[in-house]
Amino acid sequence: MKTPSGSPIIQVAARGLVPVIQIIGLYVFFHGHYSPGGGFQGGVLLAASILLARLSLGTEVSQLLFPARKTIIFSALGALIFAGTGLAALLAGGHFLNYEFLPLPGLEPAELRNWGILIIESGVTLTVMTSLIAIYDEIIGC
Amino acid sequence: MNPIQIPLLIPVTFLFASLLTPLAGLLGRSWAHLVSLAGAVFVFFLSLKGLGAALAEGPLRYYVSGWLPPMGIEFVLDPLAGFLEVIITGMTVLVLIYARKSVEIENPDKAVPFYTLTMLLMTGLSGMVITGDLFNLYVFLEISALAGYALLAIGGKRAPFSAFRYLTLGTLGAGFYLMGLVFLFMTTGTLNMADMSRMLPLVNGSFTVTTGLILIILGAGLKMGLFPLHTWLPDAYTNASSAATSLIAPVGTKVAAYIMIRMLIISGFPPLIELLTWVAAAGIIAASILAIAQSDIKRMLAYSSVANIGYIALGITLANPLAFIGAMLHILNHALMKAVLFFAAGGIFIKMGTRDIFQLRGLPKKMPFTAGAMLIAVFSMVGIPPTGGFFSKIYLIFGAIEAGTWFFVAVILISTLLNFVYFFRVIQTSFFKPYENGGTTDDDVKYESMEMDEMSPGMLVPTLIISVVIILVGLFNGAIVDKVITPGHPWFSG
Repeated sequence: MKTPSGSPIIQVAARGLVPVIQIIGLYVFFHGHYSPGGGFQGGVLLAASILLARLSLGTEVSQLLFPARKTIIFSALGALIFAGTGLAALLAGGHFLNYEFLPLPGLEPAELRNWGILIIESGVTLTVMTSLIAIYDEIIGC
Repeated sequence: MNPIQIPLLIPVTFLFASLLTPLAGLLGRSWAHLVSLAGAVFVFFLSLKGLGAALAEGPLRYYVSGWLPPMGIEFVLDPLAGFLEVIITGMTVLVLIYARKSVEIENPDKAVPFYTLTMLLMTGLSGMVITGDLFNLYVFLEISALAGYALLAIGGKRAPFSAFRYLTLGTLGAGFYLMGLVFLFMTTGTLNMADMSRMLPLVNGSFTVTTGLILIILGAGLKMGLFPLHTWLPDAYTNASSAATSLIAPVGTKVAAYIMIRMLIISGFPPLIELLTWVAAAGIIAASILAIAQSDIKRMLAYSSVANIGYIALGITLANPLAFIGAMLHILNHALMKAVLFFAAGGIFIKMGTRDIFQLRGLPKKMPFTAGAMLIAVFSMVGIPPTGGFFSKIYLIFGAIEAGTWFFVAVILISTLLNFVYFFRVIQTSFFKPYENGGTTDDDVKYESMEMDEMSPGMLVPTLIISVVIILVGLFNGAIVDKVITPGHPWFSG
């Protein structure tokens, strides 16, 4: 198979690196609400892994990893998760984005705040990742 | 619905609409249009209800996420903010109705991004109006600015170029605002607007505060296109699609003017605004003269926007109740008139294929309703009673008389004459250019063969609605001033 560089070294190295970057990205995302890190940083790492695949393995093969035409949909979905969490708290009787009122049963207010931030961060991660991929896809042209 | 949630729901509904529009766009362009229109209509009714509640029971306050000010972010809907919200959301509804056909003809493949960006722009603008927190205002400013750059880049061949110029200057404006805010925050230690207005008298005369205020006003001036910071405006308005221009021209610059009003109210109208009055007066005259020099109708309207921003800035900085009422009324009137004129310019370009004002011969024969609506808007622009524009100008003149500044009275009167010159060129060519039947030149033959060919109903109806509203605003201006503008007034509401 023809890749942009044509070099098997780059191809093999990239294939090894992509999953590692993704795991670091997930780690950064999951630790965001109580240690350095968070949705934006995690999303950037996840996007970097996809973009590395785009550059090293070629634009066609890397579509299997993440298709270019789906980026905008996931980008909107991620932001909807963020805004929807706020709205859920609003509808459950609290103020907008007041996690204490999230309709999740069996959790203390403190725990709800903890999980509420994680839900928000997941939306941020999704949006940052897909938006960055969409921007670079437009530049690469795929 | 609980009226206490209205201040929050106004920007959040736009945010949801901007996220749902691209998803609806997967089903088809008309679904995207429907979602964005539904969002805008809902927010318009929210704004009306919010304004009513604010007038009846005083400002509505909402504490985001339950954190109390001055630590948390506060959304405040007072009569002034409600007035602005009603104007900008009402304009959005009408522009979206107009945009369906207009975008379909001008940029069909960019329809879904257009509706999405419109909703995102309105998230930013309505948030800027409603927020009670100065840093939150900056965040909304950036949201609206980024959406605005992209929106103005959809259009003709040169649109991305002029949008890029707007981007460089607009970013500079936002940067000035942020830098000025840092200076104010350094001195007062608060970002809440109400808190800030209590703190600032305590540090009166501080050099840091003065510098901060100058930077913020400079930033707002860049965003509102105040002369001589207007250079991005004519190109951006001329090259963008007509739907985008007719949204941003009436709405975008007004919200920047509102930031200036808010900052001046917070800082208690410092003496340095006297200089600003002179700048505004210079802008009115210079932009009117530049408008006379244009032959492209959209470019002429853009320069006329710069002149009208000058009226608004003049009214604010004269700092007396009558001039303030004039400025607020002019925000309403100018939004209405500019929307009609840009709507008409877009329709004329589609049907007659020209934007040159000297090629408009036969406009009333070909597009009688558009020509009529345009005539009303032009009358209002020049200030002929009973249209709305007359009353805002008369309040501005009374305000200038009350301030004892006869020079500015003369400026307003002279600029009215200049308005007359550049708008009646359009009327003269289209209505009164002598046309004896049986002429032999190409132009005469073209005129003879002209059939009635009005723009499509979807574009015509919003144009006619607004032109009727212009006359209604003129007839009922007393009620608007007494019931809505006066309670929102810093000198009466304390």
